[in-house]
Amino acid sequence: MLVTQEQKQQPAAGAAAGKDTAVGKDTGTGAAAFEPKIVAFCCNWCSYAGADGAGTARKHYPANVKIIKVPCSGRVRPLFILRAFQKGADGVILCGCHPGDCHYMTGNYYARRRMDLLLSMLDYLGVAKDRLRVAWVSASEGARFADLMNEFTAHIASLGENVKLRDMRCRK
Amino acid sequence: MQKIEDLMRAKAAAVLADGAADCVLAWKRGIFPYDHAPALFRRGDDLADLVYDVFCPANLAKYLLATSRAGERAAVFLKPCDTYGVNQLLKDHRVVRDRILAIGTPCGGMVDVKKLRGAGCGTILAVKDRGDVLTVTTAKGPVTVAKGEVLLRKCLACKGNAYQIADDEIGTPRGTPPAPADRYAEVRTLEGLSPDERFAFWRQELSKCIRCNTCRDVCPACTCEQCVFDHPGSGVDGKAYVDTSQEALFHIIRAFHVAGRCTGCGECGRVCPQGIRLDLLNHKFAKDIDAFFGPCQPGADADSPAPQSTFRFEDPEPEAVTRQDDRRDRHA
Amino acid sequence: MLKLELRHLGALLDALAGQGKVYAPFRQGGRTDFAWYDGTAGRDAAALDLEHHTARAPKDVLFPQVEDLLRFRQQGKKLGLEAAPLPTESVVAFGVRGCDTAGFAILDKVFLQDPADLYYRARRDSLTVLGLACGELEETCFCRTFGLDPAAPGGDVDLWLAGGALYWQARTDKGRRLTEALGAAVPFTDAADTTADTAAGAAADAVPPAVAAQRDAVHASYDRLPLAELRFDDRLYHHEREAFRSPVWESLAATCLTCRTCTYVCPTCHCFDVRDEKTAPGTTERYRCWDSCMDRDFTQMPHGNPRKGKTERFRQRYLHKLVYFPEDHGGTYACTGCGRCLQACPVSLNIVKVEQALAADLGAVGAAPDGKGGAQ
Repeated sequence: MLVTQEQKQQPAAGAAAGKDTAVGKDTGTGAAAFEPKIVAFCCNWCSYAGADGAGTARKHYPANVKIIKVPCSGRVRPLFILRAFQKGADGVILCGCHPGDCHYMTGNYYARRRMDLLLSMLDYLGVAKDRLRVAWVSASEGARFADLMNEFTAHIASLGENVKLRDMRCRK
Repeated sequence: MQKIEDLMRAKAAAVLADGAADCVLAWKRGIFPYDHAPALFRRGDDLADLVYDVFCPANLAKYLLATSRAGERAAVFLKPCDTYGVNQLLKDHRVVRDRILAIGTPCGGMVDVKKLRGAGCGTILAVKDRGDVLTVTTAKGPVTVAKGEVLLRKCLACKGNAYQIADDEIGTPRGTPPAPADRYAEVRTLEGLSPDERFAFWRQELSKCIRCNTCRDVCPACTCEQCVFDHPGSGVDGKAYVDTSQEALFHIIRAFHVAGRCTGCGECGRVCPQGIRLDLLNHKFAKDIDAFFGPCQPGADADSPAPQSTFRFEDPEPEAVTRQDDRRDRHA
Repeated sequence: MLKLELRHLGALLDALAGQGKVYAPFRQGGRTDFAWYDGTAGRDAAALDLEHHTARAPKDVLFPQVEDLLRFRQQGKKLGLEAAPLPTESVVAFGVRGCDTAGFAILDKVFLQDPADLYYRARRDSLTVLGLACGELEETCFCRTFGLDPAAPGGDVDLWLAGGALYWQARTDKGRRLTEALGAAVPFTDAADTTADTAAGAAADAVPPAVAAQRDAVHASYDRLPLAELRFDDRLYHHEREAFRSPVWESLAATCLTCRTCTYVCPTCHCFDVRDEKTAPGTTERYRCWDSCMDRDFTQMPHGNPRKGKTERFRQRYLHKLVYFPEDHGGTYACTGCGRCLQACPVSLNIVKVEQALAADLGAVGAAPDGKGGAQ
């Protein structure tokens, strides 16, 4: 609940955060500047709690990041990620518990294998490799979560709009 | 070749007669010299149509799903590469071992009719197998073609003449087409290109797709009761592509779903009516699995865990995978 | 009849492009298929392939695999509807074989019968078909089974490749209009010039010796094909019930993969699905796309699917072509003998094998060879 409220406040917080980061460079060019859409799949037990921690610690991260809570990083199918790209995400980040810390003991090890293969395949097809990231964030790493999101948002902003895996009809 | 066919007929007649099997999966003679169809034989009388020559590429393993489900015991003729598929079905718990009578059938490589047409055989009226060469009677007269020149692509990646599972064998194993020095040579060549070149290659290749789903339907590793591509809630159940992004999505998901279970039988590439290089997607996953998680040949056995249903603590971090790629991109 | 040196093919393509979008067979990567002549790399006069048969039928030109119909947009409390504009742009299909023009005629029976499909009719009206007589036949050809002639393509304009030249004969008003419009842009000569003794009036209809020789050669090579004598058994559509209940379906369908290959390469398969897809918040697009009776969800309804399994779906496809269509359309089979499914089926099942098995079975149960009396 706390996070929900915190997210509602994010537009202001995000803009403030933007000034200190690379996002500022792009947003500084004008009102129509590119605002990347970022989807973050966060596991319920570590990463989502980490995002919570960022909120309670008053750490800002950009409103560009839309969090989707999943029970475990192992729940995320490659299809979820590809659909996010297709429907307009410019970057996708999958966050789970650190290896060894999974609430379900081993879910994130399976997720890791899957993501190894998916990243390598996306690279092979010449699409989106830089736009997908996997990060392990524990419940106590609120500050790190915010830093990570700031850095990833800036990175995606520098890459520009995702075109290669996007359904272009969605822009009409 | 004639001799093997006779042995197969005799074997099929024997297992049907003594009740060792309820039905026999084999190939049935077609209208032309090359269009032998997979067929389910139930009566000894029908076995005159049983055929076996260089035009029997179809992997019969997938039909075991239906016979096993129906509770029938099926005798199935399996070329060495097809035996991997049966093991994989067993590993995936899709078929019951007791309901399969696996009969190893020697193979020296299967011929690609499209390549044959490309080799100057326009209107194929008859084909005679003479070992290393084929004599083809065409509308314009006889043409002699070296068999090695017209083998199916899947046969050029031959895994050898050993049966991975066989209750019985016909004849003696044959010499196979020479195994490639590097199965993944073409994957490596593609990897060496720049990301934009790779994207251009795949955009061109995948844009041919007409979403006929044949690659899925023929695959012995695609055994879901309801496929995600038929599932109205999945968002990927389209029957045609309305946007180019859907092509990549379909093909990544299809290849991903069989990654680590794909035995490399090459049927998907063979059957694609649009000639898409699907083998290059499956081989990429196979190569990555070998490199990241240790050597693995799906279908070599029926009980080791599939790569995506297990893990090791020391598996590479996704970050490491992409960093490696960055280094390679810079060199490229 | 007009004549064009083959070295002017490029000029012809360009002149045709001046009259509309050009759809023609190009050879790329060892296969030939129809594609738009739109400046895309690899689609030029050098890649134009009038020799090989195309892997897929050219039905996309009339019945595209995907066709937009409507867009819904939420505008405040109202829903705005925008119909997709009718496709009225002129199109020239170049090099369509007789089996495929016959395929167009079958699609016409489906889409132009009352009430006519507006999108199909718009495409049909703006299409000019340049038919091409067959030169080399494939062993899978059986167009004569349906009374077609491989040397008489039946387009708005008919073309023959003979004696190192392209012969051009306008057959319909559309074809004559196109011929006139091309005018001086294409260096046609009068083919009748070669037969100096023909009177000027008769010359237009006279068949140049090269074309006549080519036609005879094609007919002779057809006679040598394995399916030259194939005839479909008309008893099938007079005995619908026996055909439906035949025991052959179970064994024929046993090894069908129920992929969509045969339906997608076929010049006459015309089933489609209408789908809605949300493309943006408040916006939905409706399009139609090819469908296939081989599909698990074909005829799926809320209560389930009346065709329970593979055998029923397989039977539907062939009975549609061999029984239901001829019943509804005066004995016209929904097959033109193009032979594509014979080449494309991954497990070598096809309409010829099915027809032969079914006819043999009907013969065995003693269905009367003629008349409708046999069915109960």
